Amino acid sequence: MFLRNNLMNKFISIVLFCSVMLLCSCNYSPTTGFGHKKKTVTLAGSTSIMPFTEKLAEHFMVDHPEFVINVQGGGSTAGIQACLNKTIDIGMSSRELKQEETILNEILICHDGISVVVHPRNPVSALTLEQIRGIFSGHIRNWKELGWIDRKIDAVTREEGSGTRGSFEELVMKNEEIYDGIMVQDSNGSVKEVVATDPYAIGYISLGLVDNRVRALSIDGIYASVENIKTKKYKIVRPFLFLTYGDINDNVIIFINFVISKNGQNILKKEGLIGIL
Amino acid sequence: MIKKKFSKEHAVRWVLMLFALSSLLFLFLIFIFILFEGLPLFHKIGLKNIIFGFKWAPTKGSFGIFPMIVSSFLVTFGALVIGAPLGLSCAIYLSEYSGKRLKMFLKPALELLAGIPSVVYGFLGVVYIVPMVRNYFGGAGFSLLSTSIILGVMILPTIISISFDALMSVPRTYREGSFAMGATKWQTIFRVVVPSAKSGILASFILGMGRAIGETMAVIMVAGNALKIPTSILDPLRTLTGNIALELAYATGDHRQGLFSTGVVLLLIIMILNYIANFGIKRKVIK
Repeated sequence: MFLRNNLMNKFISIVLFCSVMLLCSCNYSPTTGFGHKKKTVTLAGSTSIMPFTEKLAEHFMVDHPEFVINVQGGGSTAGIQACLNKTIDIGMSSRELKQEETILNEILICHDGISVVVHPRNPVSALTLEQIRGIFSGHIRNWKELGWIDRKIDAVTREEGSGTRGSFEELVMKNEEIYDGIMVQDSNGSVKEVVATDPYAIGYISLGLVDNRVRALSIDGIYASVENIKTKKYKIVRPFLFLTYGDINDNVIIFINFVISKNGQNILKKEGLIGIL
Repeated sequence: MIKKKFSKEHAVRWVLMLFALSSLLFLFLIFIFILFEGLPLFHKIGLKNIIFGFKWAPTKGSFGIFPMIVSSFLVTFGALVIGAPLGLSCAIYLSEYSGKRLKMFLKPALELLAGIPSVVYGFLGVVYIVPMVRNYFGGAGFSLLSTSIILGVMILPTIISISFDALMSVPRTYREGSFAMGATKWQTIFRVVVPSAKSGILASFILGMGRAIGETMAVIMVAGNALKIPTSILDPLRTLTGNIALELAYATGDHRQGLFSTGVVLLLIIMILNYIANFGIKRKVIK
């Protein structure tokens, strides 16, 4: 009997616990909460923009506690589709829109440079766009061809479907395909890790992530710097876009205004992106 | 009172059976789900174009995974080359030579080795094995060789524990008979004990292969993930598991289905390996 009581007690406490949890979660949910309704803005799309949007949303929600900003990933294409279907308020895209997608309103929030990086010990400091294309398409495979020692080039690219790879293919590779034999890593971070540890490696990462563990190359004589990107000298730059479709409500306008305001742009600048102001 | 207790016993039995069957249900559901997601692409692109296709560019309509199948087998073979001799020697030492005290120390150590998460192996691989291979052998370091070394260590616990059991199950009388014929200890082990435990040892190798072919995290970190079939042991390569884990984050539509198709192929390979290990070999033991 004692045992049964004990079990019963346990059961009751579990049920109680669950219901309390449920109640709590109801409380925090934006639409069913007690008091006034919260204003929601939903964004989805490019995983390259997502972390920056999350940061923006964090700051925004501090100043505007009545807002809830939902940020989801899914990739640029998925974001554009969701925006066309009106399932989200704002789509995020890290590539230019295609012909059939131009029906969307695009708001440029900032630019991101893609820099080609090598190990700091690598003496090669300048390459032409042509040479970079040669390396990643597999035509140039030895550092000797670029004026260094006789050693294979350990090129690193991103995986199929990545936005960074998409932009790199579009801006650098043009019509050539990336060679099958070069290494593939699944994030900006791991590409950087490979390049930082392998003296013979070359890869491409978001400009914001370049630090003293890797060295950015100048391309056609121009370094990837904020200045050069602003004056449009440096060419490997992709836009970070917010997309809306049709009529938009005031909540969305307030959030977008915050993103393109001085405060919002400063947050993006601190993350290493190139603001529009 | 007795009747009540009896019915309670019954209830426990049924409840336990239900739970036991639930694991079967999960297996079944996973199967259905993977086939459901992966098969449509086989229908659309064609079995031959997927399994024997050389080009993987899912966003451009090519779904060939042949290089990955080859690479998966290459790393598995490489892992066996490194893991099998080490594991078998360890098992022989444990069962034939080591004293009780050393055994008490070695066995828990092996279990600990089995319990280390694969991401830790991968991390150690990136930090130590990859630079070592790069410096002493050349190449990028992210290679078939590094992957084989890491996987070889990872399959050690599987190989050792199963072949140890197989060696221990060889009857004492075999050994005594051999000694009585005047054979030395090594002759006994090499000519009598190991051949008698042959099928169990083979099963341990095959289960080790299953572990190696299914390993993902550590492999992604050290294999380099290039799409080509490697031409030397210093070339980077991509395995089936690596392909799924690497590209899942961004995949949509056909690309996503392509990854599930990779999963179907992987599932089939692992099923065949397990079948061989469980039935093909163990049945021989019974005979």
